[in-house]
Amino acid sequence: MKKLAYYPGCSLNGTGRAYDESLRAVFEALGEPLEELDDWNCCGATSYMSIDKGKAYALASRNLALAEREEADLLTPCNACYLVLEKTRRHLADSAEMGHRVRRALDAVGLSYEGDVRIRHPLEVLTQDVGEERIKEAVKEPLKGLKVAPYYGCQIVRPYATFDDQYHPQTMDRLLKATGAKVVPYPFKTRCCGASQTGTLPEVGLHLVYRLLNEAKARGADVLAVTCPLCQFNLDAYQSQVRREYDLEPIPILYFSQILGLALGIPAKKLGIDRCVVSANRVLERRAAHAA
Amino acid sequence: MRPNIRTEADRSPEFARWITSLPGAEKIKECMHCGLCSASCPLFAYMDHSPRQLMHLGREGFRDDVLGSFTIWLCTSCYQCTVECPRQIPVTEIMYALKRRAIEEKVYTKHLPIPVLAREFRRMVTDRGRISESWLVMKLLLKTGVHRMFGMVGLGWDLVRTGRFSLRKETIRERADLAKMLEAVGSDAEVVS
Repeated sequence: MKKLAYYPGCSLNGTGRAYDESLRAVFEALGEPLEELDDWNCCGATSYMSIDKGKAYALASRNLALAEREEADLLTPCNACYLVLEKTRRHLADSAEMGHRVRRALDAVGLSYEGDVRIRHPLEVLTQDVGEERIKEAVKEPLKGLKVAPYYGCQIVRPYATFDDQYHPQTMDRLLKATGAKVVPYPFKTRCCGASQTGTLPEVGLHLVYRLLNEAKARGADVLAVTCPLCQFNLDAYQSQVRREYDLEPIPILYFSQILGLALGIPAKKLGIDRCVVSANRVLERRAAHAA
Repeated sequence: MRPNIRTEADRSPEFARWITSLPGAEKIKECMHCGLCSASCPLFAYMDHSPRQLMHLGREGFRDDVLGSFTIWLCTSCYQCTVECPRQIPVTEIMYALKRRAIEEKVYTKHLPIPVLAREFRRMVTDRGRISESWLVMKLLLKTGVHRMFGMVGLGWDLVRTGRFSLRKETIRERADLAKMLEAVGSDAEVVS
């Protein structure tokens, strides 16, 4: 496996720190401890692209150049960072004009980018490089009886389907099954969570969140598993506001890495389980009591 | 209120040329109005013009209708329309270009917090290289109406209680290099007035 430089992104340093904590713990338990990309910067997300295209690509490309200097591929857990970096990588290869502009900007600060960096998501690395067999062997506490709805969000499967099926992604399903949990059918797997509309246009954003939560409940899920800090924030932190508007029972929102970590026997505290606004403790305790 | 009738005088040939010259957007001319972009859009129900209508208005040059539309600000960039389009029209990327032009020409709906978020986001990244989420949200609230803060008290407390609220200002080491890079890349030639 080519060296991976871990690119946490801004959210994993902030509201999504449980994702950072659980990923580091899981990769360490699997014998592949994460090494952070030195001095990485914000990918620009959707906001920067809404203002200035050239600067947005230059901003994202600095991370590609830093990774190339370390002779590494980028490991990018956040869906938004994943897409921005992948889009930048492709655009620099396809557009001679933008490629030239960005390379000139990199050159001005002594950086270069030849195009030799892949953007990789933990779901891809865990299923392809580490492999389910190794994960199954490492499982110490099978999560028998836990019913999980897998929610992938939009930007890791659209517009590019790089490592999974665009309409019916399976990598997270497979990882969750390897933990012994039961994966419930969830047709809204790749439906948009509303992104920043929860904050900017609440009546719109909250309705989108409600539909995702309600569907998971209707399918009998105990928890929703997510791969993106913004999805997690919307479904978890806005859930009480959603429940003020709509009739809905609470449902905890966990990162897939937290669920994986629990199965590997990593203490809940190290996985940031207590950082859920909608507490997952009762659901997890009930499952443990049931399995015992 | 403006009557819902458009005439030749409302069309801007320049705008039509501009939108169809965006990367991949010449395909708008091949749109067959199947409506899959609109049907698959999760925000469709809240839009004034559906994505299909917006693409059509754009290719015909109805600049004011397109740039003044609420639709471009509702788009969350989920790319559903882009992957559904049988003519491979890059609808989401066109939405980005429309946002850029609307901000550039200052024609978006006033008091809409979305362009304010984009600008504050850019300022923070340009200055420090990273986003400090708590600071960004507080700035947004200050700029778009302090009254909105009251509704956020509960959410704020939830984040504090779970250790997800941080007042640390995230910064990269090579700030000067980043500024130099962003300067060196120049500004977009695609926004021509």
